Amino acid sequence: MGLFGIARYVVLVFVAAVILVPIVFAAIGGAKTNGQLLSDPVGLPSPWVFSNYTDVLFGANAAVFWGELLNSLIIATVAVFLTVSLSALAAFIFARMVFKGREAMYMLFTLGLLFPSAVAILPLYILVRDLGLESNYLGVALPQAAFGLPLTIIILRPFFKSIPVELEDAAKIDGCGTFGFFWRVLLPLARPALATVSILAIVGTWNAFMLPLIILNGADQWTLPLGVMNFSSEYSNDQARTLAFTVMAILPAVLFYIVAERQIVSGLTAGSVKG
Amino acid sequence: MSATTVRPRAGRRLSAKWVTIILFLLPGLALYLLFVLFPVVQAARYSLYNWNGLKPLTDFIGIDNYVTALNSDIFQNAVSHNVFIIVLSLALQIPFSLFLAILLNRHFHGRAIFRLIFFLPYVLSEAITGIIFSLFLQPSSMLDTTMQNLGLGGFIQDWLGDTGFVMITLFVIISWKYFGFHMIILLAGLQGIPKEIEEAALIDGAGRWQAFRHVTLPLLGPTLRVSVFLSMIGALQLFDMVWVMTRGGPIGASSTMATLMFKNGFIESDMGYGSALAVLLFLFALVLAIAYQRFVLRRDVEGAVTAFNG
Repeated sequence: MGLFGIARYVVLVFVAAVILVPIVFAAIGGAKTNGQLLSDPVGLPSPWVFSNYTDVLFGANAAVFWGELLNSLIIATVAVFLTVSLSALAAFIFARMVFKGREAMYMLFTLGLLFPSAVAILPLYILVRDLGLESNYLGVALPQAAFGLPLTIIILRPFFKSIPVELEDAAKIDGCGTFGFFWRVLLPLARPALATVSILAIVGTWNAFMLPLIILNGADQWTLPLGVMNFSSEYSNDQARTLAFTVMAILPAVLFYIVAERQIVSGLTAGSVKG
Repeated sequence: MSATTVRPRAGRRLSAKWVTIILFLLPGLALYLLFVLFPVVQAARYSLYNWNGLKPLTDFIGIDNYVTALNSDIFQNAVSHNVFIIVLSLALQIPFSLFLAILLNRHFHGRAIFRLIFFLPYVLSEAITGIIFSLFLQPSSMLDTTMQNLGLGGFIQDWLGDTGFVMITLFVIISWKYFGFHMIILLAGLQGIPKEIEEAALIDGAGRWQAFRHVTLPLLGPTLRVSVFLSMIGALQLFDMVWVMTRGGPIGASSTMATLMFKNGFIESDMGYGSALAVLLFLFALVLAIAYQRFVLRRDVEGAVTAFNG
């Protein structure tokens, strides 16, 4: 290894440390008492105290933690299912049908990329309230799904386009209708693309903050990001507990990331290059 | 598309095609119109009224909300914070991301691990990241103690409480969270450039820096453009992290257009004024997008010309 190689390791290890230190400190801090945290914020706990973690997972704070995890899961599942299925249907039309006004319609969808969701948030709140969906999972999941449509359609369209017309003709000869072709031939072939857009949508909805913040009033409906914010103010003088709760709250995302890193990275690069 | 998918022979066949189109397109279109386009149009409408969100929408005041906003020190202050983040992102965060992308653009032991770690913060929720850092940065807590131990005690600041320092703190945390994303995009861009091109330049007698500056960097142009653009749009919308960490404070020292909009709309129930701020935010993004397209397009053409000359 030359000098350059060593220098590279030094830089990379330093940056990696900067990334990991706050997370590791939080994880270790959760295994201290508040007294230990105060007297020695950075050292290893002596002794290790796991009561904060067990409280979050099984004890006093477990109902809150698992409830919020479930809320996040429900909202993300509904939103991602809607975004991906409705985008697939629309992208199919944009990719494989020729009709008047197609490009104009497609442009209408791509226009959505121009609007940061913050721009629509006040009227969105009024709309959701008027629809009676305030404090309802759907009040978050539906707008979330809608804002996911443009990018998903833009990514799926070229994939759907690249599937040969001969295949469609063959399917038709074998008696497949348009929906049959879409469902039984095209979707299975487009599985990698569907995985990509699903993962993009999962990361987006899982971390969403502003929309749930205004729509979900009841504490029993909060998603994890909202829950962590409120936990940290509720337990502002119990920092060790807050750290344990926060660390458990990011754990699902971290595990998902470790399992699906390759997919997430390729999805995000595909998404940003197209967008 | 080839014409084989469409064979408009008879009226019945044509209408079957339209039925398919409508059935497939309608659900997505309905959702999109209702929850994306309609609210955006409504924002423009509300912005012309004095309205608290509850009473009937009758108090039409024209562009007063916009005039108020543009003349308000509070709004200008918030815009300056967004601009601050944009400028620092372009000047520091993206070059840093590029530097790391270059370091990772070779095969060596541990490369995959570094990539995994650097990109990790991107998948964390911005709000939860904010909470972690709030705790990490508390006075005489983890960061301060670490700095003391390293003999850097003299550099300790009131990270989030000092009006002169809070934006710098936020910028560092934003960079912590997002540099990995830009690094990944740029790395993908670098990997799309054939190694032979740079090697050819090196053989022709170019130094490493020259080869990078005149061969690799221009070829990376399109990817850098995406990265810069996403960074600017992200900085314009900045909300989640600021909201959980400072609520825009202390005394407005970290307010952004989005926190101001949120405060006016939801906390002070001034939906009309909040909507005007939202529209202004959108216009900023739009102007930036258009200006950027033009500016960069011109640069690209120039770059192509100089590349041919050189």
